[in-house]
Order: sequence, then C-alpha cells, then structure tokens
Amino acid sequence: MNFLETEDVVKQYANHLALNKVSIQVPEGKVFGLLGPNGAGKTTLIRIINRITAPDSGLVRFNGREFRPEDIYQIGYLPEERGLYKKMKVGEQAIYLAQLKGLSYQEARTRLTRWFEKFDIMPWWNKKLEELSKGMQQKIQFIITIIHEPKLLIFDEPFSGFDPVNAELLKKEILELKDAGHTIIFSTHNMSSVEEICDNIALINRSQVVLSGNVTEVKSRFRTNNFTIRFHTGSGKLQPIPELFSLLAEKDLAGTSEVRIHKEPGITNSDLLSALAGQTEIISFTEEIPSMNDIFINTVSGTNTTQA
Amino acid sequence: MNKIGLIIKREYLRRVSKKSFLLLTFFTPFLFAALVFVPLWLSTIKGDDAKQVAIIDATGKYAPLFDDTEEYTFIIEKGSSLEEYRQNPDKEIFAFLNITGDLLQNPAAATLYSQKQIPMGLKNTIDKTLSEYLKDEKLASYNIDNLKQIIEESKIDFNIKTIKWDEDGSEKSTSAEVASILGMILTFIIYMFIIMYGAMVMQGVMEEKTNRIIEVMISSVKPFDLMMGKIIGIGFVGLTQVFLWGILTTVLVSGSLFFFGGSASPEEMMTAQVAAQGMGDMATGSSDISIQVQEIINSINFKMIGFCFVFYFIGGYLLYAALFAAIGSALEQQEDTQQFMTPIMLLMAFSLYAGIYSMNNPDGPLAFWCSMIPFTSPIVMMVRLPFDIPAWELALSFALLFATSLFIVWFSAKIYRVGILMYGKKPSIKEMLKWVQYK
Repeated sequence: MNFLETEDVVKQYANHLALNKVSIQVPEGKVFGLLGPNGAGKTTLIRIINRITAPDSGLVRFNGREFRPEDIYQIGYLPEERGLYKKMKVGEQAIYLAQLKGLSYQEARTRLTRWFEKFDIMPWWNKKLEELSKGMQQKIQFIITIIHEPKLLIFDEPFSGFDPVNAELLKKEILELKDAGHTIIFSTHNMSSVEEICDNIALINRSQVVLSGNVTEVKSRFRTNNFTIRFHTGSGKLQPIPELFSLLAEKDLAGTSEVRIHKEPGITNSDLLSALAGQTEIISFTEEIPSMNDIFINTVSGTNTTQA
Repeated sequence: MNKIGLIIKREYLRRVSKKSFLLLTFFTPFLFAALVFVPLWLSTIKGDDAKQVAIIDATGKYAPLFDDTEEYTFIIEKGSSLEEYRQNPDKEIFAFLNITGDLLQNPAAATLYSQKQIPMGLKNTIDKTLSEYLKDEKLASYNIDNLKQIIEESKIDFNIKTIKWDEDGSEKSTSAEVASILGMILTFIIYMFIIMYGAMVMQGVMEEKTNRIIEVMISSVKPFDLMMGKIIGIGFVGLTQVFLWGILTTVLVSGSLFFFGGSASPEEMMTAQVAAQGMGDMATGSSDISIQVQEIINSINFKMIGFCFVFYFIGGYLLYAALFAAIGSALEQQEDTQQFMTPIMLLMAFSLYAGIYSMNNPDGPLAFWCSMIPFTSPIVMMVRLPFDIPAWELALSFALLFATSLFIVWFSAKIYRVGILMYGKKPSIKEMLKWVQYK
C-alpha cells in the first residue's frame, strides 16, 4: 500500500515552473529516495508534502485518503538547511519544538531523556546550542525530527555535516526506523547511500519525474549486457561468436587476461557462460550493472540534451 | 496548550529573562529619577567657603550696598589700589570690583577683575545690586513724588485661570500646562515603544530566517501563528516594561520626595514637575497654588487616559510590528533593512512632530486629522487625550486604527509566509507585493 502519493502536482512560481505534473508513490514502511540535481524541484515537492506551500493543482494522498492539515503531526522533517535557536538551551529547545509537534510537556521530556541517553549526550541538555560543534547540532536536530514518532519521515540530505562514524550511526538509526514501520522519504545527492538504504526511488529533473520505481528494477532497466571475464592467459584465447557475443576490449595482466564482452539480446547468461567455458578456463564472470550514480548522470544529462 | 500560546510564552519568557531587559527595566527609572533629582540635590549643596570679593570704590557710595551672600563675602578695601594688588596678589581674595567714578554718568566706570573665570552668579549679584541702586537714584533725580510707588503699583502679573464646564454645569479648574506635559510624556512613551519593540519583532523574524530554523518551525506551525505569536509575545514584553516603569517611577519619585522632606504623593510630584518646568507662576509654591494644582490634577481623567493609552499602544504596536515582521521576513541581511525601514521611520518621526505641534492647538485640523489617520493616531492622540476630546472622535479613531491594524496584519502575513522561505537576492517592493497574491 502506498503511504503517500502525489498526483499531477503542479507548482508555478512567478516565471518558473517548479513542478510539472509530478506523481510519486511512496510505499508504506519503505525508504523512498527522492533524487535529482540541484534546482530540480525536490525542495518544492518536500515543502508541499510538509504543507508549507500549497500546490497550484494536483492531489496529495496521505495514508490512503486526501491530505489534511492535522497530518503534519505525522510528519517529521529534517531540512537540508539545518537550523535551531543558537542562544537557547538544547533541552529547553527540544522540548519546545516537540510541544509544537503536539506532544505534552511531560511526554516530550520523557522521550527526549530517552533519546539523549541513547546517544549518550545527556551532558548537553543545559548547554546553549551555539556551544556545540556542528556535528553535535546535527544529532540534536535529528532527535528533534523523530521525537514525535511520526509515521512519515522526510530527510533532506541527512548525512551532510556528519563524520563517517556518525554517518554510519545515523544510517543505522534510519534503517531501524524503517524496521519499526516508519515510512521514510530520503532526498540526497549521495548515490552510494541510495543503493544502501532506498527501496524505491523517483528521479526529478527539470520539474518532472524522469525515472521512478524499485531500485533493483530500475537498475536492471539500465542493464548494458556488458560482462567482464577473467581467465588464465595460458588456457586459451577468447573468440567472439557473432550470434552470442562480441568482444569490446582485451587486457593482459600478470598471468591472467581480462576481456569485456557484449552479450547479444535474447541470450541467457547460462548460454553465454557455457559458450565461454568451452573456450577457456574462467576465473570470474561479472555482469556490469550500472551504479545509481551512473544512472543518475546518464538520465539527467540524457534528458537535458533531448530537451535542450 | 495550543501552538500560538506556546510561541507567545516562549517569545515572552525568553525576552523578559534576558539580562539586558532586566537591566533596562530596573535602571531606567533610576536614571530618570537621577535626572530629576541629582540637579535638585546638587543645588542644595553649599560651596565650601564663601569667596572674598574686595571692593575698591573711589566714590565710596557703592561699596556699602553689597550684602554678604552664602557664596561671597564683600570686603571694602580702602588702603590699597588695584595696581598694588596686581603686583602682590593676595591669594585669599577671589575677585576685585574696581569702581572709579559715578556710575550714573559713566556706566563703564565699574570693572570686575579676577585671576579666574568669573562665575555668572557673582556677576549677576553685582549687576543686580548696582542696577537697583542706580534705578532708584535715577528715579529720585526726576523729583516726582511717590514715583517709585507708582511704578511698583503699575506692575501687573497676569495668569488667567482656566475653568472647564462639565455637562452638568459644574466647574473644573484645568491647566493647559499640566495637560500638555502629560500628553507629551504619553506621546514619547508610545513613540519610543513602537520603535523599540517593532524593531525587536523584525530582529526576531530575521533571526529565525537566517538561523534556518524557520523550515523546521513552518513544518509544524502555520506561518500566521508563528508571526502573530512573535508579535503578541513581544507586545506583552513591552506592556510589562511600561507597567514596571510606571510602578518603579512612582515608588522612586515618592521615595525621593520623602527623602527631601516633602510629603510623598504623586500629586506633589506633579506640582514639583510643573514648578521645575517653570510654566506659569506656580513656581512660587504658595499653599494656595498647591491646592489649585491638586484640583487641576484631579480634573484629569486618569482612568480614561490609562485605558486609551493601553489600547492605542496595542493598536499602534500591532500595525507597525506587523509591517516590521513583513520587512524582516523578506530580508536576510541586516544592512538591507535600512532601505525598508526609512519610510516607516519617517512616518513615525512625522507623527511625533505632528504630536508636538498639536500641543499648541489640540483641537485644530492638524491634530484632528493626524489623530484619525491610523499610522499617526496612536502617537498624536496621546497629546489630545488629556484635553477631554469628544467621544465620537475617540470611537472613530479607534475603529480606524483597529481596522487598519487588522488589514496590515493580514497583508503582512501574506508577505511573511512567502518571504521567510525566500533566500538569495533581496526582493524589491514590487516582488513583495506579488507575493501577496500567491496561493
């Protein structure tokens, strides 16, 4: 079931169309990657989902029904541009923001104490925010985002400003939240984290969705049918078989050869492998699956050239 | 607790617990009290020793005229001449008055010498003593009987007593001076507070925008609630400050009056104020005049004025604070505020001057129109309030002010909503007006 859906959402600013009939489907309990180059319209879409701005036309469906104002209590949002009150004490500030998200003072206090203890940051409670390092502030902001246990979490570039150790910690937390049944929208430029975390993606470029779907499915759509094969140099030489495969490149390494081949359409991997096995002694056989990074760059530059 | 309440509470508590607020609130009345009482106190301190002034009088007729004062002792010098003193200075003697001839014939014949700068007090004493004597001498030279007495009688000091008729025909003594002073004080307070607290709203809005906390806030609170929460919270801070200043000033002034041996009542304080201002001839301080002032002060409807003050304060503050909030929301840089602030500051300054000029004629056309126009009315009306203006004028002015305030709040909220999320280049006024139409 889709927890959140947008249908043909359009947003027009003075002389710039920010979103052009954008439809996305975010399945419940999954991590959804919202990808796209800078200025593509991601932030506008996130703001519409947060009810910060209203769409000019189109629908947003939340939990299977039409979006309602009180649904914002079910959303936790970590914006790309982080910010908190610099002069306010950390604990006081967190309680205030949690109260604004609908928690009672007592409830906010109990939950915050639990999270602060979990992250081992209890001594920061009475410090002013400006006394903390940037990484520490990010942790506080993360806690504030999830404190009211919203069903939908939106993280905009969550890893920026974190060192690798804390980024790992955060990744673990995000996956734990997913396991606990939260639906997560994850907006980022960091494609390796998309592959690790996301179940589904939508790629927005120039105000439109240009690619969407399940990560594995999207990747298989971008299969090139190229393979890299390594074999012992002495065991024979690879000859192309026109109806099965063609050779792309050959490289001799110390004692082994590496050959890139292109498989003809309609041929199964097993057929290819048996044909190859007959010719030489194979060490490894790898399909060249494009990374999300390649898919991102190809799709974005592809749509840019066709539209230009 | 609802959201707007939470925001008001935070804005209020954060500001009133600041050290700067506490210092300003508790020390300003002391400063004011000091401004009033320190000169009063200093004037009661006597100089250490009376200074000696030697009179070298060639005629011998003027020297006996000088009576010793608290500050100066006059010595009639017979033996030595001025030249001798000049060569062997006598450190004991502060100044020398050298009179060489008849002053009626030659006014330049008297000169005052000293090694130090001669104080005005001494010069005035000498001038007064000599001119009184010379005047009498001159009058005597006319040889008219009782001339002196005639002139004395022809001096008339006139200060008209003003009475205001009430609807039931009973009389009330009024005083334009007291009403003007009261009006002026209220005008300044409103002017100062609108600027101070309006600017505070703008700072607060800009702080949230540049801190980037706004996006987190806006995802849980409606922009309108956020803006109004801030405006109301800061407004309460302002009211708290006015209230505390009022109490502290009364306590301090009463306390100081008690310290100076006077009976401690606010009415006495007003009397002292009036006297200090030198308005009318009340400064003579006879008991008769004291009663009169008491009566005048009783004639002022403090309850009505207090009520109107609070409501004009709220209306005026709301109007300007909303404008300041809209400006703050559109800008990121402190330096950019100047361009937008200038027209508002000019409007405020105009109101203040209109208020000051309205004092001369509190029922004139300038005063009337400026107390109707919502942008100037909170300031100008303060001048007119102590003069008992007609109820319909007050009602109309109130209605106009509050209707405009609500419109400006609505208008500013539209700009605010878009402005707080706009980063990058500074918007023009034209762009800001376009935001109002955004959905």
